[in-house]
Amino acid sequence: MSINPIHNSLSRRSFLRNSSLAGGGLLIGFNLFQACKPKVIQEPAIDLASLDYNDFNAFIKIADNGAVTIFSPNPEVGQNVKTSMPMIIAEELDVAWKDVYVEQGILDTNNYTRQVAGGSQSIRFGWDALRQTGAAAKQMLVSAAAARWGVDPSECSVSEGVITNAAGETLGYGDVVKEAAQLEVPEDVPLKDPSEYKIMGKPTPNVDIDKIITGKPLYGMDYKAEGMVYAAVLRPPAFGHKLVSYDDTEARAMPGVVDVFTIGEKIRGLMEEIPRIENILSSSDKVVVLANSTWEALKAKKAIKAEWQEATKAENTEEHDKILTDLLDGNKFETMRSDGNVKKAFAEADEILERTYESPFLSHSCMEPMNFFAHVTDEKIHLAGPIQTPEGTANFVAQLLGREAEEVHLEMTRIGGGFGRRLYGDFAIEAAEIAEKAKKPVKLVYSREDDMEDGIYRMAIKYRIKAGIKDGKVTAYHLKEAAVNSNMYGLVPNFFPAGAIENYQVDTAVYDSNITTGAWRAPYTNFLASAEQSFFDELAELMEVDKIQLRLDLLDKVKPEEDERIQYSPERMKEVIHLAVEKSGWGTKPDNVYQGFVNYYCHNTHVAEVADVEIENGEPVVKKITCVVDCGIVVNPLAAKNLVEGGVLDGLGHSMYTEMTFKNGKPTTTNFDGYRLLRIKEAPIVETFFVENDLPPTGLGEPTLPPAGGAVANAMKAATGNRLYKQPFTKTPELLKVPEKEIIG
Amino acid sequence: MPTYQITVNGTSKTVDVAEDTPVLWVLRDHLDLVGTKYGCGIGQCGACTIHVDGTAMRSCSLTLSQVEGKSITTIEGLSEDGTHPVQEAWKEVDVPQCGYCQAGQIMTASAFLASNPNPSEEDIENAMHGNICRCATYTRIRKAVQIAADNME
Repeated sequence: MSINPIHNSLSRRSFLRNSSLAGGGLLIGFNLFQACKPKVIQEPAIDLASLDYNDFNAFIKIADNGAVTIFSPNPEVGQNVKTSMPMIIAEELDVAWKDVYVEQGILDTNNYTRQVAGGSQSIRFGWDALRQTGAAAKQMLVSAAAARWGVDPSECSVSEGVITNAAGETLGYGDVVKEAAQLEVPEDVPLKDPSEYKIMGKPTPNVDIDKIITGKPLYGMDYKAEGMVYAAVLRPPAFGHKLVSYDDTEARAMPGVVDVFTIGEKIRGLMEEIPRIENILSSSDKVVVLANSTWEALKAKKAIKAEWQEATKAENTEEHDKILTDLLDGNKFETMRSDGNVKKAFAEADEILERTYESPFLSHSCMEPMNFFAHVTDEKIHLAGPIQTPEGTANFVAQLLGREAEEVHLEMTRIGGGFGRRLYGDFAIEAAEIAEKAKKPVKLVYSREDDMEDGIYRMAIKYRIKAGIKDGKVTAYHLKEAAVNSNMYGLVPNFFPAGAIENYQVDTAVYDSNITTGAWRAPYTNFLASAEQSFFDELAELMEVDKIQLRLDLLDKVKPEEDERIQYSPERMKEVIHLAVEKSGWGTKPDNVYQGFVNYYCHNTHVAEVADVEIENGEPVVKKITCVVDCGIVVNPLAAKNLVEGGVLDGLGHSMYTEMTFKNGKPTTTNFDGYRLLRIKEAPIVETFFVENDLPPTGLGEPTLPPAGGAVANAMKAATGNRLYKQPFTKTPELLKVPEKEIIG
Repeated sequence: MPTYQITVNGTSKTVDVAEDTPVLWVLRDHLDLVGTKYGCGIGQCGACTIHVDGTAMRSCSLTLSQVEGKSITTIEGLSEDGTHPVQEAWKEVDVPQCGYCQAGQIMTASAFLASNPNPSEEDIENAMHGNICRCATYTRIRKAVQIAADNME
């Protein structure tokens, strides 16, 4: 057995506390992160008063009978952290996974850190802390057992929560947990070698699976409280519009209606205090209908007669299209990275390729529409619901209401899809202003139309990419981005092909719109990867070189050791490329299979994908996507494959079918009859392969999405001869046609 | 407001709501059966699928007068303990990501398999095409429906 001792930087005093449980057993609490300044102090999900205990961070609870409860700290949005984060603790604690009960932790910034679902970072950032928590607890339990036996702890072994000594005597964790919790916390905690893992790496079902398949309450939409009323909100019908007046006579007379009033004053106050929050909030007054049921609230909202005025100009998709093109043609760029001299290199180039790629606005359209519960009393502010950023949102709400952050108690419900939309607490902020005014518990509910109309959309983006070729080599690369309300992020210009091309420049230009925009799954790269990977394909064609070889040759030039800005590993990238070539049968397929290749790095993960297009009834159809991922250690392969497939299909679906357009400031579609999402018949097979290594886990919720559209575009080019520059691809059906001779052939 | 007598999961219930109230909201807000989900309200996404006399229907687009005298089954009543073959298959394959749409998927699949116990791949896709999964768990849905079909034989 090999153990890797690691330096434990946690101070012992900050680490562990314990207490007797009223019902028997003990609670081991870990204060892992006291260096983080407490902002919001919370009551944990169990009743502390009954435990006579008030200073801990309950990751682990062990009962007298050995039953283990692990509190999962981060919001569960479908990315499986509620299962996989506790798996990491359980692994090092050395208990049987079947004996572990998982409970959702609440927002508790005093004890947890980074309770966020976003950026594909939960596992990556939690990796060390979660393992150390489990390992330290295990060591203390073993020490307690050893002390009772009068032997050295090194003579004891552990399997599934049972400690065995050299004489073959056994004690369960439940037998010694009381003594264990009295011990000093060990400073250097040995962690397992990955070869010893019994839980991690094993396909492990979702801890909520039974509740999901039997319809138990889990989501914010399902949350109920005594005396709760439902709120529907009439918001401006178009971006840039403001409320002038309204008539609620008819609405007030409708069954179940409790009250009608406006909100907006407090939100405007918050907007004055927080820069750039106007990108997610409207300064207009909004009309709130409170009713005894969801249906009554939504129905009465429709009966409000409101007059609106255009406060700022209502915008159109056609205008955005022209504005973004003008930005690309103009010179109002901010340069994000510049190596060498692209201008000079283009002047000296033998050949130049320049292409422009376009993508529309997108709605997040989570299956669970936005909603939030709020109850504001003199004692506290109780919030509950689906939120990817509980801490930030709790702070916004405290600021909105002029209260202390410590007064906010926030419960995280399981989240019916996030995709970035629930990073923004706009709905929780609205719910809080409503609840304070209503003086009763309120659940704010969006209709699907509200959800689609009041989006914080993925912005429309255009890229213009230009490459210069000299003596058969790529000598210059210039990427220009034009986006509504900005898209580019600091690290992205250091992704591939940064470092591979001597003269390299990334510029971005922004048009400020009154349409609210924000992060959408794999922000910054969700369209960029598709555009760049299409471009490399076309570049290889122009250079008359092998498409894979072009990428490998470029990667050969990258020297991360000489440029610390480089964000990817050329070696790991090459490995996923080689594996994708092998697993997809690249270049070995029969003539009726047309393949498209992509590789990408984002969210600390390297990915390569191959799309297979076949002709069915004269139409090119994506039949399969092979996806190879290097995300380091795969904590839960069952969920990891699901995430990979979901990301690939999300990228494919949106690049093929989906767009949000605006006319006079209004979304032109407000429900799934007009907003086309991928459905089962359009979903190809996805074959997933993970690179096997013992490297620390990296992101998985997002990185398979961005290049998928490029894989589709490249395969479609192989099948049809047409390059696709504009998403969604189905908007140009003439380019998705196979030449006549191909059909006959 | 009119009073309606409906049968949900084998139990007779009396509800007192406006006549245009969709069955979805009666189930969720009045009968505390929140397993049936609201997704779109216009019968486009399938999250609210229930069985009415064994047929899969969109509860967001049904009024009470349309279901009076009929037998409604929701996800809570599909089986007593979550052991309907479709639920078992969903568990075996570990279909969900966020999970929000899955009750509707399961209700669509279970009604479909009751009428077509030996479906082809194409039959399965046709049956499930009306249910959106925003997380795109479609490959697992296909697999789970096939496993359920095999186990129901």
